[in-house]
Amino acid sequence: MIHKVITKNEFKKFVDGLIEENQTFGPKQVDKRADGSGIYQFKEVNSYDDMDLDYTVTYSSVKNFFLPFREELSSFDFSDKGWDQTVEYRVNPRVIIGVRPCDINALNILDKILIGGAYPSPYYMARRTNTFLVGMDHEPLDDCFCESLGHDTVHRGFNLFCTDIGDKYYLTISSSKAFGFLKNVKVADPVNGDSVKFHERRKYLRDSFKTKVEVAGLPSVLDIEFKSPVWKKWGDKCLNCGTCAMVCPTCYCYGIEETIDVNLKSSRKERVQYSCNLVDFAEVAGGHNFRPLKEDRLKYRFYHHYRGFAQNADDPICVGCNRCGRACLARINPKDVISDLQMED
Amino acid sequence: MKYLGIDPQKVRVGVFDFTGCEGCELQLANKEDSLLDFLSLLEVVNFREVSSDRGDDYDVALIEGNISRADEIDRLKDIRAKAKVLVAIGSCACFGGVNQQKNRFELDDVVKEVYGDHKVETDKVKRIADVVKVDLEIPGCPVSKEEVERIVVNVVLGAEIKIPKYPVCVECKQKVNTCVVDLGQICLGPVTRAGCDAVCPSGKVGCLGCRGPAEDANFESLKQILMDKGHSDSAIVERLRFYGAFNGTVG
Repeated sequence: MIHKVITKNEFKKFVDGLIEENQTFGPKQVDKRADGSGIYQFKEVNSYDDMDLDYTVTYSSVKNFFLPFREELSSFDFSDKGWDQTVEYRVNPRVIIGVRPCDINALNILDKILIGGAYPSPYYMARRTNTFLVGMDHEPLDDCFCESLGHDTVHRGFNLFCTDIGDKYYLTISSSKAFGFLKNVKVADPVNGDSVKFHERRKYLRDSFKTKVEVAGLPSVLDIEFKSPVWKKWGDKCLNCGTCAMVCPTCYCYGIEETIDVNLKSSRKERVQYSCNLVDFAEVAGGHNFRPLKEDRLKYRFYHHYRGFAQNADDPICVGCNRCGRACLARINPKDVISDLQMED
Repeated sequence: MKYLGIDPQKVRVGVFDFTGCEGCELQLANKEDSLLDFLSLLEVVNFREVSSDRGDDYDVALIEGNISRADEIDRLKDIRAKAKVLVAIGSCACFGGVNQQKNRFELDDVVKEVYGDHKVETDKVKRIADVVKVDLEIPGCPVSKEEVERIVVNVVLGAEIKIPKYPVCVECKQKVNTCVVDLGQICLGPVTRAGCDAVCPSGKVGCLGCRGPAEDANFESLKQILMDKGHSDSAIVERLRFYGAFNGTVG
């Protein structure tokens, strides 16, 4: 990693340069809630001023840029005798600006599963390697708890990371691509004062977390509380709507759909994002449903997130962004469910 | 048309309208770019909106609209007797639809309100399944042509017919929409069967529930959520009653 500093004016030039040459996405305010607070999403942007870089957090994560909600895995053509299969995972290079540390850590977790796992996904890999990520720190919201999971800072998985030190950004450069791009603008080596500000900013952000979730020992808590009434309490509230999994930066469970086109000459195989909260997630051929109860479906989502799968070495896959908690109309959120379990005798 | 070198069996269909706006039938004739492919999977025996043929030898009867007159009952029973498979299409056929709203009023008052002193024969609205056995329901106001196409393709090829069991929220979140409940609206998306591609909330209009309940939908929780947000019980009930699809949950 190489560290540099850039003035905010020069950073604007740098970003406008990126936007001019590449398809670029950044945070934008799309709506206002009834209480006046902004709702942000990552959208395509055409200039630096198009973005709302002082945004808090986006409603949905950047996951769907890497794992689209619906993605064609292959298409088939049988207009002649026999059939042809086409597999395409070409992705045009693109830039995403303003990604938070927890979201980059979420991508690092997905990398472990979808690149480092037993069955690497060339589709995911193509999207990941062709995306230039510019990270940016932020002051935590009252309900952010990424610090409890150690995901409030990030050390890899991005091209460039910007820490706000007043009139400058302290840049962490972790790719030769980013280093090359920065040659077009004025950057300087950090002087002592810059580094002091950088450490102060880090400490300030870390001290700003209001929500803490005790995750040490959570796998054993979950094992012990498998039959806890807590699951029914929250399961009764659950709408089974899958919102949590859709906005989550790491939920990656999916289904496969095969569709024959109405002309009977072509067909498609698609991966569609699914959720373990959905009623038929565990339904198998013949109609048997292994998880017919709301509370079981809710429970297994928590198990996958905090108890872990062997695939991700039993690490939690939650990064503590609390998007699920914020988006859930029934106000089901990790902090309350976990503290309920820990209070359970 | 051949599929993998084999001529698939065309479906002999009759399409029949009862009390409704005929919008679902119009949907069957929409989506022009694939209309010829769609029609070539069917042998249209009887379908007033697309053909002047009036045959009786259909295998599959598609029924649009609900039943609101005595003569409609006889006609529907006759179709049922002739069809091997009977499909209810659209919210009117499946749930009673918008016009079942009159069932909560005195019939005389309803007629007077709309027609004044003019005499009109009309009964309380019945769903198709209240009168004859229904083999498949394709909900929606109107039905989604994409969904009908998928179902017809699967029927022709002998594949399983699948309609989503989960609620609209899944599709809405996949479109990265703003949740209209966060904007202060009533939305039935969390309890309504998906398959519409969240068309109403995508246009910032709360879901009216035209596709009926999702499986294992949690009405109690949604009602509590909406009331906590300050919506009145009567406004929630009115929304649930709109298409008649949730009548079991609102009394």
